[in-house]
Amino acid sequence: MSIFSAYKKLHNSGLLGMNRRNISYVSRYNPRSLFPVVDNKLTTKKLALEHQVSVPDLIGVIEDQSEVSSLKKYLPTDKGFCIKPAKGSGGKGILVIIDVKEDMYVRPNGDLISLEELERHVSNILAGLFSLGGGIDSTIIESLIVVDPLLASYSFEGVPDIRVIVFQGIPVMAMMRLACAASHGKANLHQGAVGVGIDIATGKAINAVQNDELISLHPDTGQDLLQLEIPNWNSLLELACSCFDMCGLGYLGVDLVLDSKKGPTLLELNARPGLSIQIANGIGLVPRLKKVEQLTRPERMSTAERIAFAQTHFALER
Amino acid sequence: MKRHSRTPFYLLIALLIVSGLALTWYRHYAFDVPWLPGEKRQVWSIEAKIEFLAQGEPIVASLAIPSSQPGFELMGEHTASPGYGLSFVEKDGGRRAEWSIRNATGLQTLYYRIDMLSLDFEDSPYHPPSPDIRFKLKKEGPYQTAAAQLLARAKERSANAFTLTRELISEFNTQNQTARFLLQEQSRTQWLVELLNLAEIKSREVLVLTLEDGRRRQSLLSYLQVYDGEEYQLFDPRTGKQGQAANQLLWKYHSDSLLDLVGGTQSNVHFSVIEQEVPVSRMLDRDLLSDKPFLDISIHSLPLEEQTLFKGILLVPVGVLVVVFLRILIGLRTSGTFMPVLIAIAFIQTSLLTGLLGFVLVVTAGLVIRSYLSQLNLLLVARISAVIISVIAIIAAFSVLSFQLGLSEGLKITFFPMIILAWTIERMSILWEEEGPQEVLVQVGGSLFVALVAYVLMTNEVVRHLTFNFLGLQLVFMALVLLMGNYTGYRLLEYRRFKTMLK
Repeated sequence: MSIFSAYKKLHNSGLLGMNRRNISYVSRYNPRSLFPVVDNKLTTKKLALEHQVSVPDLIGVIEDQSEVSSLKKYLPTDKGFCIKPAKGSGGKGILVIIDVKEDMYVRPNGDLISLEELERHVSNILAGLFSLGGGIDSTIIESLIVVDPLLASYSFEGVPDIRVIVFQGIPVMAMMRLACAASHGKANLHQGAVGVGIDIATGKAINAVQNDELISLHPDTGQDLLQLEIPNWNSLLELACSCFDMCGLGYLGVDLVLDSKKGPTLLELNARPGLSIQIANGIGLVPRLKKVEQLTRPERMSTAERIAFAQTHFALER
Repeated sequence: MKRHSRTPFYLLIALLIVSGLALTWYRHYAFDVPWLPGEKRQVWSIEAKIEFLAQGEPIVASLAIPSSQPGFELMGEHTASPGYGLSFVEKDGGRRAEWSIRNATGLQTLYYRIDMLSLDFEDSPYHPPSPDIRFKLKKEGPYQTAAAQLLARAKERSANAFTLTRELISEFNTQNQTARFLLQEQSRTQWLVELLNLAEIKSREVLVLTLEDGRRRQSLLSYLQVYDGEEYQLFDPRTGKQGQAANQLLWKYHSDSLLDLVGGTQSNVHFSVIEQEVPVSRMLDRDLLSDKPFLDISIHSLPLEEQTLFKGILLVPVGVLVVVFLRILIGLRTSGTFMPVLIAIAFIQTSLLTGLLGFVLVVTAGLVIRSYLSQLNLLLVARISAVIISVIAIIAAFSVLSFQLGLSEGLKITFFPMIILAWTIERMSILWEEEGPQEVLVQVGGSLFVALVAYVLMTNEVVRHLTFNFLGLQLVFMALVLLMGNYTGYRLLEYRRFKTMLK
């Protein structure tokens, strides 16, 4: 295929490329001044609590190297927890502990690690090892998410999350990201995780990819990915929409999980989302974004109107 | 969201391109600067910069200057020395430029610039030799004995003037102790001249300037010129190498000194060299280099030292253009945005192979050290500082090692900007911990590839010629960068990423 016909094909399918995303969407709809909110998970969390958006419970925050030695007093002794950098991105530096046994901490894959190693990890986070600009960071200790059992069976050693792209308050595309052995429990597509495109109208799977290749079965659990159906879909969309109202970014990636007790819960926000979700869905973003751009003042619409708009215009034609 | 109209943007780009091309065309038309290198004669512009401290007294500064000689024909000369009187004088068969002023204080700078047309040696006018010969050594006593001993040994193994010179130089190189003893008194070249004269061979010390495009703050090297009754030969008194290279200009070949200064102290002379390509058609017009049209929008009006500096600086936009192109249109990932350009500039200084090897060696060694540092849980600033110091240590170690092994190329590693190397190592190390070695390879490979492309372009003769001679092109570069910054299409590598969508 010549480069011109390939260009034409990608262009006709409405695929959003990195240059166009950066110029036409990120820099046009996301004012730089709003970035700090999404770049720091602690600020996001505070804002979410103000807006009554459900987030994982905060157990503790460590902001200074001198507090590292007293890490133990922050850690729960009877249940699992999660340590993450406030300014990390792409799942970097997130350490999940599912259980505590005789002063040793158990990771999802069964590995035991000592308190000393935990302290070192926290110290690395504070030094900025995982932060976006390498600057000084703080550490968040959160309670563990108990994933809805319906979804948990699809993921391997990791929390499956749902990424929704919200454009001017309207959810335009969604996918589910499943960790697998190849991605080492991480749910990032470029690290080898499985991406499942989700129909905005129904919450049902439409397509699945791993490493940019189409697949239909989860490589580790063997589950038929196309049978996936996300329960509580409408409440997830509502949560995604309220994240726009809360942070104001016009072009936003919202990462959600379905907690078995709390229901839809916000994990983190992303100010430059949007390329791999197209591969997972097998559809380009541009036509949907254009449709939203034709609306006058979409931010005035109610959440229900926005969801209805998305579900009528972006439903998959089968 | 407010959307700005893009019309002024495109007007700006059009304006940049039109004015850039117009300036370029004007340079070509009005100054007859050729589009391509090659279709012209080579002219070397050499500038001597004399600096000294004046003491508030009358000053006379007299500089030995060259004239036409085998291989080079004098095209023109200029001086810049505000307030000074100037005259050219012939003295003992040599030419000198003499500046004078009644009163001056503080740091003084005098410029003398000469344009030499490069000729084939055969075409050159022949200049008869005129060294004065003394058949006696200046130094007496033990020096005389030691020197005579060297001469006697060399004489045994030689047949004529030139072989004797070679043998004498090799005696100086092998008879270390004697040589060192003699050098306490006067320079090797002076000894060689005296000893050859003693053997009734006409010879003299000359000061030679090596012509290399874009060199700044060069100094003269002392050489030996020997006459065997028929022809002259030039010898390197250090290695014994015989013959004059095409890029060696004899600056001073008479017995007097290079610079005589009355009324000033702490004088020094530096030379800057630049190669100019002058079209053959204009060669007939002898005044071409002094007579310029009034609107000279070029850096050729600057002193040579600044010109040579600019010759390098003007290439940077070419490297930047490469980065912008490869990142926005191709989608290559590099470590740091403009790191590759800096690496390319370093390659120009070090030569490619040495540069590549040095870069890989330093970064690898740095990563090993950095992996230890990361275990210490240091704060970021301290960690990078430690990496910088380690990089300096690594560079020093490699330099010493390569010098001991006889690889002088290895010394060029010092041209690498150290802070840049340290940052590269730091970023690569974090990348290694976060994304694993594969991503490090992708980014280092990407950076080196971009640096390589930038290097190839920046060392290209045509590119160097165009950027240096046509300043208007910089505006065109600017327009291209702005245009590419506006490109919303797919990057080439995205075709691979989206390949499932192409099916």
